[in-house]
Amino acid sequence: MTTRWTRKDLLGLRELTADEINLVLETTNAFKQVGRREIKKVPALRGKTLINFFVEPSTRTRTSFELAAFRLSADVINIAATTSSLTKGETLKDTARNLEALHADIIVLRHSSAGAPQFLANRLQASVINAGDGAHEHPTQALLDLYTIREHRGKIAGLHVAIIGDILFSRVARSNIFGLLKLGARVTLVGPSTLVPREFEKLGVEVSYHIDEVLPKVDVVNLLRIQHERQRREYFPGLGEYIRLFGLTKQRAKLLKPDCLVMHPGPINRGVEIDSEVADGLQSVILDQVTNGLATRMAVLYLCGGIAA
Amino acid sequence: MSATTIRNGRVIDPANKRDEIADVYIAGGKIVSSESEIGKSKSEIEEIDARGLIVAPGLVDLHVHLREPGFSHKETIESGARAAAAGGFTTIVCMPNTAPVPDNPGTIAWIKQRASTISRVNVLPTGAISKNLAGEELAPIGSLAQAGVVAITDDGHCIQNHEVMRRAVEYARMVGLPVLDHCQDYDLVGNGVVHEGYWSTLLGLPGWPAAGEEVIVMRNILLAELCDHHIHCQHISTAGSVRLIREARARGVKISGEVCPHHIALTDDAIQNFDTNYKMNPPLRSQNHVDALLEGIADGTLSILCSDHAPHAGFEKEVEFDAAPFGIIGLETELGIFLDLLVHKHRIIDLARLIEMYTVEPSRLLKIDAGTLSAGARADVTLIDPEMEWTVDVNQFHSASRNSPFDGWQLKGRAVRTIVRGKTVWVK
Repeated sequence: MTTRWTRKDLLGLRELTADEINLVLETTNAFKQVGRREIKKVPALRGKTLINFFVEPSTRTRTSFELAAFRLSADVINIAATTSSLTKGETLKDTARNLEALHADIIVLRHSSAGAPQFLANRLQASVINAGDGAHEHPTQALLDLYTIREHRGKIAGLHVAIIGDILFSRVARSNIFGLLKLGARVTLVGPSTLVPREFEKLGVEVSYHIDEVLPKVDVVNLLRIQHERQRREYFPGLGEYIRLFGLTKQRAKLLKPDCLVMHPGPINRGVEIDSEVADGLQSVILDQVTNGLATRMAVLYLCGGIAA
Repeated sequence: MSATTIRNGRVIDPANKRDEIADVYIAGGKIVSSESEIGKSKSEIEEIDARGLIVAPGLVDLHVHLREPGFSHKETIESGARAAAAGGFTTIVCMPNTAPVPDNPGTIAWIKQRASTISRVNVLPTGAISKNLAGEELAPIGSLAQAGVVAITDDGHCIQNHEVMRRAVEYARMVGLPVLDHCQDYDLVGNGVVHEGYWSTLLGLPGWPAAGEEVIVMRNILLAELCDHHIHCQHISTAGSVRLIREARARGVKISGEVCPHHIALTDDAIQNFDTNYKMNPPLRSQNHVDALLEGIADGTLSILCSDHAPHAGFEKEVEFDAAPFGIIGLETELGIFLDLLVHKHRIIDLARLIEMYTVEPSRLLKIDAGTLSAGARADVTLIDPEMEWTVDVNQFHSASRNSPFDGWQLKGRAVRTIVRGKTVWVK
């Protein structure tokens, strides 16, 4: 591969080229090998300081970044703000300047506002890694999803991927859409019409409201968490009806091709978007995603951390 | 009293259907019809050479946020009035979302007093429709009328209860005040910050659907009809609103609409870098909506041009996109943008119509004594160089704020001198 990584920040997959995405996946592969060694730690980021700055609660993404940083020998601190910067009284800009004054090298930002990582990246010398911004992007999640698909199916191009659930409010869906399309996959979005507006077709994907028609055709299903608690308004009549129309029940799972992968970014709602038997079944690669997430984040920190001044 | 002669300009006075090379004479702060009426010796008369310039009635911007009282870190009556003068405006109408809210005659008196001592242009206050802009109880509209407001509006807010709005319009009819409305259905718009469409979908930003404006424009048409009174719809941004207003005006309904420069100069793709200087309410729309606004301007459906000048301090705008306040400043760029786009580039209207939309139309709506060069009128005059090419530089602005997306834009046409009551208050 001749592509060189030149970005100090990872803000989203929309701005990456297919070659850049493939470079991350190759680098992930190398770090996955490291994870199988007895000594799992490498000195790649020794002496560098990484700040996990989570303005929105998260356990698994933060833990994954933290562990990835430890494995790369970086010094890590976590800052969790339970409230937005505005209600806290300090602006994001001032917080950023404080982090800079502490000589942070890499800032991993989770924020409820779309565009917040770009806001920081424009103002900081440090690398900014987007760990999820509002409903905009969650690039490391999509990269680990791509890696997991490629690991199991050997390729991305030509595969047909269904993303099912709350697409409208999902940063995971957007990053997956951008990444999958750049690597040549076909993407069908499935979910209630209120959460999967037709406008998404303009992004180059297909939209379906009939899950039973889609399941037999696809090579991957990626189920999104139904975030009923986050929704200010009613987008569908209730969980019972959601399960009836869109839940991946064990009966419905029989429609899947035998080699179709079942994915979920977690945390899963057992019995809502996915039945327990399916989540734990042979086609599920949900825990592989978690393992690959670690290697993916090591790759991203390694690539961006090597660029920052 | 001073006297002035403006020589050899192209006088465009739409109120008198006048468009000719002529001199304009000013004495005692008023327009006079001939040189002999000035009654002064030549040495006492200020001569202004207006060759190559348009001599227009002083322009009126009926939609300006001066932020005072309450938010003088964004703008003051004094700084806003200076910005107005530098933009070619001799009369500005200020909106009531201040603290305190002008829902009482005392606050109106304060604004008028303040303006009379420190403003170099005419400042006309509006009063609130509802107490504290809450949309629930009517403000004392009759008392506000007596205190001298030119209209009532809850701008920045929109009365959601149709019954309250109906009573407000009926009551305003009695006291002869037009009603200006910011058209936004709060349920449909929710926490929307950008036009609901391709870019909101791509960026995951909460969408502000066009229907959120149109449903209130429709409501206003029905209430204007029911109450037989004028409702003016502010900052129209959607194709559906244009269509509704066009159809209603054809039936004789007392409804009108205004356009802001950003809604025709920009589309929603400008938000893709999350720059909050592209965040305003209503939001930037897609090209089909821009095209419809241009058609609405061309056929007279949208009859008034204005800025929705909305100053915010840098620290307030330099935050996450959805946390930033809505609004941009416009007084010092609006004439240039409209001249450049409507007259020069798109050739949608001619100079006379543009001036009419900034003078006769708002003056008629508000029933104010402005917008003409008739003999005896107050000598408010704007000199415009329609061909001057210039570059917007926010650091040269007179406004106390800098929140403009037009920094660095190259424009053709601008005001070069602003005269209020016969006195030059700004010259380029």
